[in-house]
Order: sequence, then structure tokens, then C-alpha cells
Amino acid sequence: MNWLTEYKLPLGAAIEDLVDWLTTHASGLFDAISISLEWLILNLVTLMQWFPPVVPILATAAIAWFWHRSIALVIFVTLALLLILNLGYWQEMLETFVLVLAATMLCVLIGVPVGILAAHKPWLYTALRPILDLMQTIPTFVYLIPTLVLFGLGVVPGLISTIIFAIAAPIRLTYLGISSVPAELLEAGKAFGATPSKLLLKVELPAAMPQIMAGITQCIMLSLSMVVIAALVGADGLGKPVVRALNTVNISQGFEAGLAIVLVAVILDRLCKAPARRTSKRKAG
Amino acid sequence: MKAVSIRNLDVVFGNNVAQTLKLLDNGQGRQQILEATGDVVGVHDASIDVEQGEICVLMGLSGSGKSSLLRAVNGLNPVSRGTLEVLDGERMVDLGRCDALHLRELRRKRISMVFQKFALMPWLSVVDNVAFGLEMQGIGKSERRKRALEKLDMVGLADWANKLPHELSGGMQQRVGLARAFAMDSDILLMDEPFSALDPLIRAQLQDELIALQRQLNKTILFVSHDLDEALKIGTNIAIMESARIIQHGKPEDIVLNPSNTYVEKFVAHTNPLNVLRGRSLMTGIAALQIDSDRLMLNVHDQSHVHISAGRPVSAQRGGQPLEIRQWQESTCIDEVGENMLIVANPDISMRTAIELRYRSGQPILLSEEDRLVGMLSDKDFYHALLGKHFTQSEAA
Repeated sequence: MNWLTEYKLPLGAAIEDLVDWLTTHASGLFDAISISLEWLILNLVTLMQWFPPVVPILATAAIAWFWHRSIALVIFVTLALLLILNLGYWQEMLETFVLVLAATMLCVLIGVPVGILAAHKPWLYTALRPILDLMQTIPTFVYLIPTLVLFGLGVVPGLISTIIFAIAAPIRLTYLGISSVPAELLEAGKAFGATPSKLLLKVELPAAMPQIMAGITQCIMLSLSMVVIAALVGADGLGKPVVRALNTVNISQGFEAGLAIVLVAVILDRLCKAPARRTSKRKAG
Repeated sequence: MKAVSIRNLDVVFGNNVAQTLKLLDNGQGRQQILEATGDVVGVHDASIDVEQGEICVLMGLSGSGKSSLLRAVNGLNPVSRGTLEVLDGERMVDLGRCDALHLRELRRKRISMVFQKFALMPWLSVVDNVAFGLEMQGIGKSERRKRALEKLDMVGLADWANKLPHELSGGMQQRVGLARAFAMDSDILLMDEPFSALDPLIRAQLQDELIALQRQLNKTILFVSHDLDEALKIGTNIAIMESARIIQHGKPEDIVLNPSNTYVEKFVAHTNPLNVLRGRSLMTGIAALQIDSDRLMLNVHDQSHVHISAGRPVSAQRGGQPLEIRQWQESTCIDEVGENMLIVANPDISMRTAIELRYRSGQPILLSEEDRLVGMLSDKDFYHALLGKHFTQSEAA
């Protein structure tokens, strides 16, 4: 059996060569992506910081009230945000929020159209499936290394890794939603003379909206679960104090920062959940 | 004028259409073709004309191809071979040869559709659902809402305009489906088992409403049904389909009286003849009546009889008492008919009315046409039809 171990297949070397090739030949492209994304995120953070904390708190409470009509939720989000402010993690919370927001936006911008396309073209979904599986199962640290090489240290490799990890959710759920639109609704759309684009906008997307929204909510949660890992490559946010606490075995800091992450997660989850099915007034009969 | 004209239409689902058509020409059955090519034959060699303003019912069991044929008329199913022409304004357009753009035009202006499971958009309010087709026509929001409200009013749901479909009962949802189709102001209406998902009382009510709306709006309607009673009730003409073919096409009464084969006969045997059969096909003809000199015996027990002169009933008596001879018109109030009368009616009288008259007057019904007696309806004729013995085939069986 010696011959089997004697000549190792150069799999790792091949990937390394590819990354090397990309860094030498496409560095301009990666730099451009890196610079523009960094610019976007830093400015968003600056903008958010410009408001006194009371404005985001009130805005969140208002969203909680107008979307969900729940006093309990309003009280919860207000208290949770005040606690984060009190613990001294406001700045980090904003950075994390912006990172999650940017990752989710990019995931939706890419994921929803890809999901729609996959639902319309079965061969595309067949091709996509193993890639999506790979993106969700491959350990994050593995692709953290090449993204670090390609995009440099900072928030962008964290963002890209987050997108790779989270984008499968909106793609899969958009695919599911669009491909499970009832056939009779599609027939009705066609029978009344809808063009393919009207059919998409007026029948398929509204019918698939609950699934697409579920995909976006999932995407937000997955992005949030990446904040600590993103902090390892230099992304600012609530992940940083956690990493620092880990390195210095600082139990109290680790707990506080961890609690802040959990609170942000719960707030986002509760706010993004689809509001109870809207009825015009009360259910008849 | 024809609204839809179909000639030798084949509808095939699958990827080997050319091969399937060849097999069809060689007389292969659906099952053999499915095994050989993997294709499903929806409709084979259908030819049918639908006149403007008629209700044509496509009738058959599930899998008989009736829905496949209906869906070909607005291009949801492909025309694999043959011609399928629909009236587009002044001229006929062949759907097999028309491009996507023209097909959409036809769907927006000429042909609208009502679905078995309503197919309302669950996220749109009732009025927006009715306006859906108008939105596809590119009509502005306020105008299409106005028109949608008119149609909702027509089906009696104006108060429900701002509800969501799931808040309505099944019957109401299908009324919304009807309103949506009527809102298009198209000449041709395709209805795919629209009332099958409803319970019997609501179904009968909606059938009556459809007949009333059709009289008022004079649309051409193609209606798919698996229920012969429904077909007989609303159809001007009925086409019966079995395994992808049209096996009989005719007026309701023709189908009940002369089923073309045992398949149709089995269907007919389970229908209620009251609404379909007319005096002419039930009566005992004048030649078979026993007329003694000018005296026709109505009832031997009470010796009631009628005197005939020059082919007309002139006087009638029962047990020495005279009976009033009354000419029956559709407009006559049935409550006026009493025991002292002998009714003379047109042979086109429906079986239901004839039985009611027989019940009220206690006498057989005389049938006369152009002032001449042509036959008589007595109990034996009614029982004969009620027992399903009015078509010769089953009498032999």
C-alpha cells in the first residue's frame, strides 16, 4: 500500500495555485470590490453613529409597533437596546448591525434573482445544488483564508465569508417559493393575458413572498452567527470583544458581548418575522 | 356566426409529437402511445363548431380530454395538429398559427376563463382579483376598480369588495371568479368545471345565475362538466367526450333520446329526464290513439272523453259534465289549472310542466300543433320516460 501514500495528489496545491493566479491577475477587480464595500460599510456606520442612540431606539420601537401591533415586543426591543447602550456596546452593536444589513442586502440582491432563475430553469438548479451544499457545509475557516488573501484584512473578507455562508438560504427558499406557486394561479395569470414579466411580478413573486421573506429572515440570522468569525479577520463589531475576551480569558467581557449578540439576534428575529396574516377586518363566519 | 371552429384537432403533451401523431394515424390507443413515446394524448381528431351566444358543454369523465380541449381554446394547451379558430372581431384566427403577442391579445380581449378551484390570488382583495384581467389590459387603477365593482355588483358581492378571498365561502369565491371573467368584456368564456367544487344547492343556484347572466350578456360559453344533469340544464349543445375523442355532439334532448353508443347510454340512464324531454318525444301519436268516429276516450273509468272535429278538440265531457278545453301557454299561470279542465298544449312543452298539468287537471294532456291534434300525453307515457325506457337501446336490453 506504500504506492498509495507515496504520491500525494496535489489538491491543496492546485487551489493555492488558483488563488495565487487570482491575486496576480485579478487583483484589480478584488481591490475594487474590497474598496467599494469597505467604503459602503464605513459610511453606513458613520451615518448610524451620527444619530443619538435615542433615534434608533425609537425607530426600532416604532417598527415593532406598526408591523406587529404588540406592546410586549415594543417594551422588549426598547429595554434590550437600552441594556446594550448601558453595557457600552452601542458602537459595536451598530457595526454589527451594518455588517448584517450589508450582508443580507447583498445576499438578497444576488440570491433572489438566482433563486427565481433556478426555479424557471431546472438544469440551473441541478447545477446549483451541490455548490449550495458545499457553501453551507465547508468549515468557514477554510474559505476565510483565501478571502483574506484576496480582499486583505478588515471588514470585507468578513462580509464575503458571511455572504458565502448565508446566501444559500435566500436562494433555496426563493427557489422553493417560486417553484411551488400553485399551477392554477399561473394558468389564471396566463389566461388573462399576462406577459412573462407581469406573470413574475403580479403572480409568482407575491405568491412566493412568504417563503422569500423566510429566506431573508434566515439569511439575517446566519449572517449574525458569523460576526465572531468575521471579527477574526478584522471586521469591527460585537465579535471583536468576544475574540478579545477569548484571548485574555476575560469571563465578564465575554458574557456581556455575547449577551449583546443574543439580544441583537432576538430583536432582528422578532422584527423580521412575517406579521400575522393580515385580514381586511375580522374573519367572516 | 361561429365563435369557435375546431377541425380535426389533436392535442398531444410530450416531446415526441411527430411520432405520436403517426401512431395515432395508425390507430394506436392512448395507452400504447404512452408506452411507446411517453406522450399523453389529450384530444384526438376533435371537430366542433360553437355558435355565437351558445352555451356548449364539453362533457365526460375525468381523463376524457374535455379540459384539454377547453384549454386549447385559449392556448394554454398546444394545437398539435388541425385547426382551432376563434372569432377575433370580424375574422377567425387560427390559434395554432398565431404568435405569442397575438395570443396575449386574444386572451386579454376575446377569451376569458373561470377555473374549477377558483384560482383567485390570495393576496389580492376581492375587487383587485376581479380587476386582475383589466390590470393585464393595462387599464389604470381607478378605472379598473370602478369596472370591477360593477361586475361585483352584478354577482351580488359588492359588499365584499375589500375582503380577501379566503374570507369568502366557496360559492362566493366562484362568483368572484365569474365576475373576474365577465370584467374582461370578452365574447368567449371558458369555464372549466366551475361549479364542481361547490355543494349541490349552491351549484344549482350558480347554474341558474349563469343562465340568467348569459341571457343578459349573450356570451359564447364553453363549459366543461362531468355532470350530465348540469350539462342538460345549461347546455345549448353538448359534446360528449371519451378517451380523447368527441363521441357525440348535439342538442340535450337528442343526446337523451338517441345516445350514439352504450357509453353515452350509461350516462343518460342516470339523468333526470324531467328537464330535458319534451312532449313530442314522449307522446302517443295521433295515429296510435283510438278514436271512435270523432270520440277520443280519455279515461275509461269515469268515461271522460273528447270530441274531435277536423283535427281539433271541440268539446269534452266527464261523467256527463262538460270539461273546459283550455289552451296552455308558457305565460299562463299554473294555479289557474283545475279539475274541470282539459289542457291542450304545444308538443314542445317540457316534461316537468306536462306532469304538473296532468296532476292539476286530472286529465291527460292533448298536444296540438298548427291547430291540429298530434298526440296525447297520458300516465303511461310519463312512466315510460321516468323509468328510462324512452330510448330504444335500453328497451331492448
